[in-house]
Amino acid sequence: MKILVAVKRVVDSNIKVRVKADGSGMETANLKMAMNPFDEIAVEEAVRLKEAGSATEVVAVSMGPGACQETLRSAMAMGADRSILVQTDADLQPLAVAKLLAAIVKKEVPRVVFLGKQAIDDDSNQTGQMLAALIDWPQGTFASKVKLADGNVEVTREIDGGLETVSLQLPAVITADLRLNTPRYVTLPNIMKAKKKPMETLRPEDLGVDIAPRLKTLKVTDPPSRKAGAKVADVKELVAKLRSEAKVI
Amino acid sequence: MEFDVVVVGGGPAGLAAAIRVKQLAAETGADVSVCLIEKGSEIGAHILSGAVMDPRGLNELLPNWKARGAPLNTPVTEDRFQFLTRRGSWRLPNSLLPACFHNEGNYVISLGNLCRWLGQQAEALGVEVYAGFAGAEVLYDDKGAVKGVATSDMGIGKDGKPTDAYQRGVELHAKYTLFAEGCRGQLGLQLEARFNLRERADPQVYGIGIKELWEVKPERHKPGLVVHTAGWPLSNDTYGGSFLYHMENRQVAVGLVVGLGYKNPHLSPFEEFQRYKTHPSIRPFFEGGRRIGYGARAITAGGFQALPKLVFPGGCMIGDDAGFLNGARIKGSHTAIKSGMLAAEALVPALAKGRGRDELEAYPAAYRTSWMHDELYRARNFKPWMSGNMLFGTLMFGVDQQVFRGRAPWTLHLKADHTKLKKASECTPIDYPKPDGVLTFDRLSSVFLSNTHHEENQPAHLTLKDSGVPIKINLELYDAPETRYCPAGVYEIARDPDGGNPRLQINAANCVHCKTCDIKDPTQNIVWVAPQGGEGPVYSGM
Repeated sequence: MKILVAVKRVVDSNIKVRVKADGSGMETANLKMAMNPFDEIAVEEAVRLKEAGSATEVVAVSMGPGACQETLRSAMAMGADRSILVQTDADLQPLAVAKLLAAIVKKEVPRVVFLGKQAIDDDSNQTGQMLAALIDWPQGTFASKVKLADGNVEVTREIDGGLETVSLQLPAVITADLRLNTPRYVTLPNIMKAKKKPMETLRPEDLGVDIAPRLKTLKVTDPPSRKAGAKVADVKELVAKLRSEAKVI
Repeated sequence: MEFDVVVVGGGPAGLAAAIRVKQLAAETGADVSVCLIEKGSEIGAHILSGAVMDPRGLNELLPNWKARGAPLNTPVTEDRFQFLTRRGSWRLPNSLLPACFHNEGNYVISLGNLCRWLGQQAEALGVEVYAGFAGAEVLYDDKGAVKGVATSDMGIGKDGKPTDAYQRGVELHAKYTLFAEGCRGQLGLQLEARFNLRERADPQVYGIGIKELWEVKPERHKPGLVVHTAGWPLSNDTYGGSFLYHMENRQVAVGLVVGLGYKNPHLSPFEEFQRYKTHPSIRPFFEGGRRIGYGARAITAGGFQALPKLVFPGGCMIGDDAGFLNGARIKGSHTAIKSGMLAAEALVPALAKGRGRDELEAYPAAYRTSWMHDELYRARNFKPWMSGNMLFGTLMFGVDQQVFRGRAPWTLHLKADHTKLKKASECTPIDYPKPDGVLTFDRLSSVFLSNTHHEENQPAHLTLKDSGVPIKINLELYDAPETRYCPAGVYEIARDPDGGNPRLQINAANCVHCKTCDIKDPTQNIVWVAPQGGEGPVYSGM
């Protein structure tokens, strides 16, 4: 059984990012990049399924500039067997990524597609869901537990009220949440082995996908700085302030 | 895993050595395998420097660096040297500045960005660069020669036992191992002890450099402006001074170096740096700007007299692991690069002759006839003169340089930093102003900007030789100086609600790997070892 895992190259989660001075976006020049943490969890889950014998091959896929090769090498160092890079310098939004993944799915015919639930740079939380809709597969999002059986997969989802377990007919799309697993540390020997694993490079044109952005970012600003709190004397004053100052009632 | 050469540390020295080995091997058609490990999560993540670089070393290593896109984009356009007093300043005319303070032909750079670029050059030449792996242990063969290093185990819990994420470190074996960990490298210290490398050297002395990166308003920005100050806020008996360098992209690198031979345990280098920024001739640069980076690192200051023996069977020390920084010029990256090159130039012919695991005597021999040796020799009396009264020392060093041209018929000597701390009761506490959150900041919000991170569930990498000393000696006699000199707020004295039961609390996760505690602890009770690889600060453009 083949598993496809989609990974995204984002600014390292430890870095405190800042808004560009002109408000056009985030400052990303010269910052350390890394695999999106939720994607790492997705790769880890896929590799564990292979190690348990439930899967035969794990293929990692990423879209973006040439530097995404590093991200794919990390995925292969974690245990992915080979990888695919859809190389483009264009601005890729979730719908475009979902369409590209749909084309890859048509080519590779996996039984499961794993993604991270969302990327830490845009927090869109859309790609997995859009992909499932485009290819008409069932989806198990925010997965904190995955149990593969014959022909179906049981996914325990983290939802607002607690946990929900759904059974999906394979093939299916699953997006990983934080508590699904703890990704392994990559070892030096595995990094060295990963260098020799195959990586295929494609362009969006090769897949016949229109990746033009549908959304335009108008402005990015810092959140307003925290103001000092105030103590109120009684409930009457609280209600008055909520009405007149906070304007929420 | 077997290699011809293993390099520990991805700074300018390590990268230059790796690049030079590959260049020389290519010339003779030899196949020399080079493996470089770096404890930061990427090359450059742990690099912090002013910096105004003398391109001399880089010119020799990669003469076409400009065409290859090396990030040397801001040539120095103006040098200013000022003595600050509390309210005023006076500028030393450039004609009176000794040659070592002139910066024509030099570049204002981010050393981190340069190292990242050097890393790419190294990989293009076939060097295997592995970031995120710390050299934890030196390995010896049965003859006692260095045979390589072992990387740290990952995933060991706070209790010292393997967790679910445990991955054993790997042994990297080499014919020659180059140690390029930078100032106060832990493996370097072990090698010095084992092979008695400091037998004929003065003790190394250090400074702590605390640096911030600012984005300033266009009208305050003068690319290529280099400002150095001495005097306020440091007292006359404390070695140190500030740097303020204007780079590209409206960025200004600013920092304070405080000599770690300071005597007053109430001194906080971090607070001195914060109040320095409030000086009337400094603060205008930062009006309307915003702080975008923070970090700190100890630097070697001993120079010529403090250099240990550079070689031992199986390896050698390069860069500031040995201590090639020129304190008088406060420049070390050009000598770091050169030292890496000299080691490579000794190593490759030795490998060709089938040698390995022996002493590369050609490396120190080449050092002795190099421009590096000449430069360090002529600057050798700088730190000793500056270790006493700064004003008198400045005068005497001026004489040393202008009259004797650096070849005075005497060589002064150095005393270890940690021996100089006076008792708290003998010194005046210093009343530092509170941070305003706009120009001056507190330590915790500063550490935040260093992006430092460590897995909480691992053994503390800051260890105490004697657990009783922090209270019995450090607190009782010196009022816990570690709570002040650490630029990251790692050390705190925790107490019960009634103020009793003091104990030293080590917030190891805050550490920015500066090594100051390892240097300045009065009884050398604190030992810094590398935490598991890939952690610590993630500096950007520093």
